[in-house]
Amino acid sequence: MPLIKDGRVIEDVWETVADEAPLPHGPVIVSLTRLRAELEELLARGTPLGVRLKSSERARDLGDVAQRLALIALEFPTFRDGRAYSTARVLRECMGFRGELRAVGDVLRDQVFFMRRCGFDAFEMAGDQALEGWLQAMGEFTVFYQPAADDRTPASQLRRLRKAAE
Amino acid sequence: MYRYDEFDHTLVAQRVAQFRGQVARRLSGELTEDQFRPLRLMNGLYLQLHAYMLRVAVPYGTLSSRQMRKLAHIARVYDKGYGHFTTRQNIQYNWPALKDIPDLLMELAEVEMHALQTSGNCIRNVTADQYAGAVADEIEDPRIWSEIVRQWSSLHPEFSFLPRKFKVAVTGAPTDRAAIAVHDIGLRVVRNEAGEIGFEVLVGGGQGRTPMLGKTIRAFVAKAHMLSYLEAILRVYNEYGRRDNMFKARIKILVHEIGIDEFRARVEEEWEQMKGGPVELPDGEAERIAAYFAPPPFEELPAVSGIFEHAKTDDRDFARWARTNLVAHRQPGYAIVNISLKPIGGVPGDASAEQMDALADLADAYSFGEIRVTHEQNLTFAHVRQDDLYELWHALRPLGLATPNIGTITDIIACPGLDYCNLANARAIPIAQQISQRFEDVVRMHDVGELKIKISGCINACGHHHVGHIGILGVDKKGEEFYQITLGGDATETAALGAIVGPAFAYDRVADAVETLVNTYVDLRQDGERFLDTYRRVGLEPFKEKLYAAH
Repeated sequence: MPLIKDGRVIEDVWETVADEAPLPHGPVIVSLTRLRAELEELLARGTPLGVRLKSSERARDLGDVAQRLALIALEFPTFRDGRAYSTARVLRECMGFRGELRAVGDVLRDQVFFMRRCGFDAFEMAGDQALEGWLQAMGEFTVFYQPAADDRTPASQLRRLRKAAE
Repeated sequence: MYRYDEFDHTLVAQRVAQFRGQVARRLSGELTEDQFRPLRLMNGLYLQLHAYMLRVAVPYGTLSSRQMRKLAHIARVYDKGYGHFTTRQNIQYNWPALKDIPDLLMELAEVEMHALQTSGNCIRNVTADQYAGAVADEIEDPRIWSEIVRQWSSLHPEFSFLPRKFKVAVTGAPTDRAAIAVHDIGLRVVRNEAGEIGFEVLVGGGQGRTPMLGKTIRAFVAKAHMLSYLEAILRVYNEYGRRDNMFKARIKILVHEIGIDEFRARVEEEWEQMKGGPVELPDGEAERIAAYFAPPPFEELPAVSGIFEHAKTDDRDFARWARTNLVAHRQPGYAIVNISLKPIGGVPGDASAEQMDALADLADAYSFGEIRVTHEQNLTFAHVRQDDLYELWHALRPLGLATPNIGTITDIIACPGLDYCNLANARAIPIAQQISQRFEDVVRMHDVGELKIKISGCINACGHHHVGHIGILGVDKKGEEFYQITLGGDATETAALGAIVGPAFAYDRVADAVETLVNTYVDLRQDGERFLDTYRRVGLEPFKEKLYAAH
């Protein structure tokens, strides 16, 4: 499945590993269950470590471990399940997570813009038109009414800045 | 009224362009109906029994005359010459074609209107007291924070895929005309002991199949921290609200299941992280928005108008209208005028394009060019000189807009029911029409006094039957329409849910049943008691006895 990051399709160097499967060399993504069970061993490998959270698992379930991860993948089992938007914002804005935040599952072009605003910076999207859709979606809005986890300035701040400049 | 600046204009125009693209992808077959559904719902577009229905937002029920003319134009060009004002202070068009919707939305954007978030599992259009800025008991104009919440919630990246829809209502006065206790969040402007103005916040109210009254989650939230508090509530709901069963997904169920204390604790925990952070409004922004709602240039007038008083003495019909359709204004010499969209035997909330155009002209002539939509599906001119009332009434009469029935038994809320809606089990509009015709005699209607009948065609309760003094719920019994009656509901500051009175009535027996209830009340009432007061004093039994005596 194409992985989009920084506005282009990139090769995915990460491998998502099932709970019972042996660990391959290189960067791995494991479940929260496995992360908890094998935390020390996983960290001791010295290769980048990631976790994949189900939509029912919350950012704060990770606790301090979040800071030691290079990647957190958040699942959208269906695009209607919007819990990962909150998880993403908590990770970015409250827990200071700076690694890759990857949207996985039912990731559609009509939602990626909201995902980006909530702090996602990598997107697993199905289809050969994925990049085109993603790029179009990113250009659809230039005005925002509320701050989020991206660096976009909301309209209320721009109004104030403009008034100050007058 | 709030006016868009370049930011508001740009956002709405970009949203229209985005939706135009989504419609094109649907029409080309790139999107299936299943994939398109949530996209169109985010923009107020439903697929009903016969056609698409578009719900246009009227934020907190406030319209300019220019906007009203545009709504008339849309009714004429894109629909069958009428529109339907709803209990959420919006307007619905029942017959637009999908291919025309992007152009229709572009026309709305020209007059600073949109259909953003009038459906879907997101924060819906904010509703407020229709008498904002006009009543004496108001602490602060609820439109100011309604507009702030409108902006904050529009295209909110975190809260656009909530477990279920989310409705916010605001009242600026202790008297609650916005039904805040039956909303997901209700905001009541209050003054704390230090004299500061802020909000009492209610959470977890709602109607539908599991009606509940909202509970106070916090007695006072300062305005400076209002947005962070709302964001904290929404985050807790987004994370913990049930997603396994859409009938249990509203915030009221979450609050009920974990309890208000636990819910409050979770909100406080989130709030600690956000309070005073970037989500709060920057200095000056609330004041900027408030300035748009400054009082219009009222004239200095005597408190009593000779013209008005004489007209009431001379013209009995006018006096009757004045009795029910006028409300005291805080500015001497002015009145609040309610314009009934409940003509006897008509469809509650419907207005024709001609009526809308005429109302726009009348608003320009008599009420500073502004019109309000009420959650009871009527319209309001908020600021009319008492000297002009008689003239205005003469102008409204030939338009069919001077029915003297506000707050009476013929001022009925009804959902579209089985005539339009694919969720309905039974018709609601014809029941309203039958009751209205039964009580068309104005002397009797006024003698019965304040009596709120609310009719829903199914358990989803769009017709607010739970909070009707008399509530009527359409149910399906083996393919036949039956109607369950509840008594004692109340949507105001003394909010209550109605109690079911007994077995349901067949379609052609409902008006008789209502008449029996009314006659029972008239027999039992003491001086000055409204139907609701008598019901509260005597309880359900006397009504039940009469209602089922013949069976």
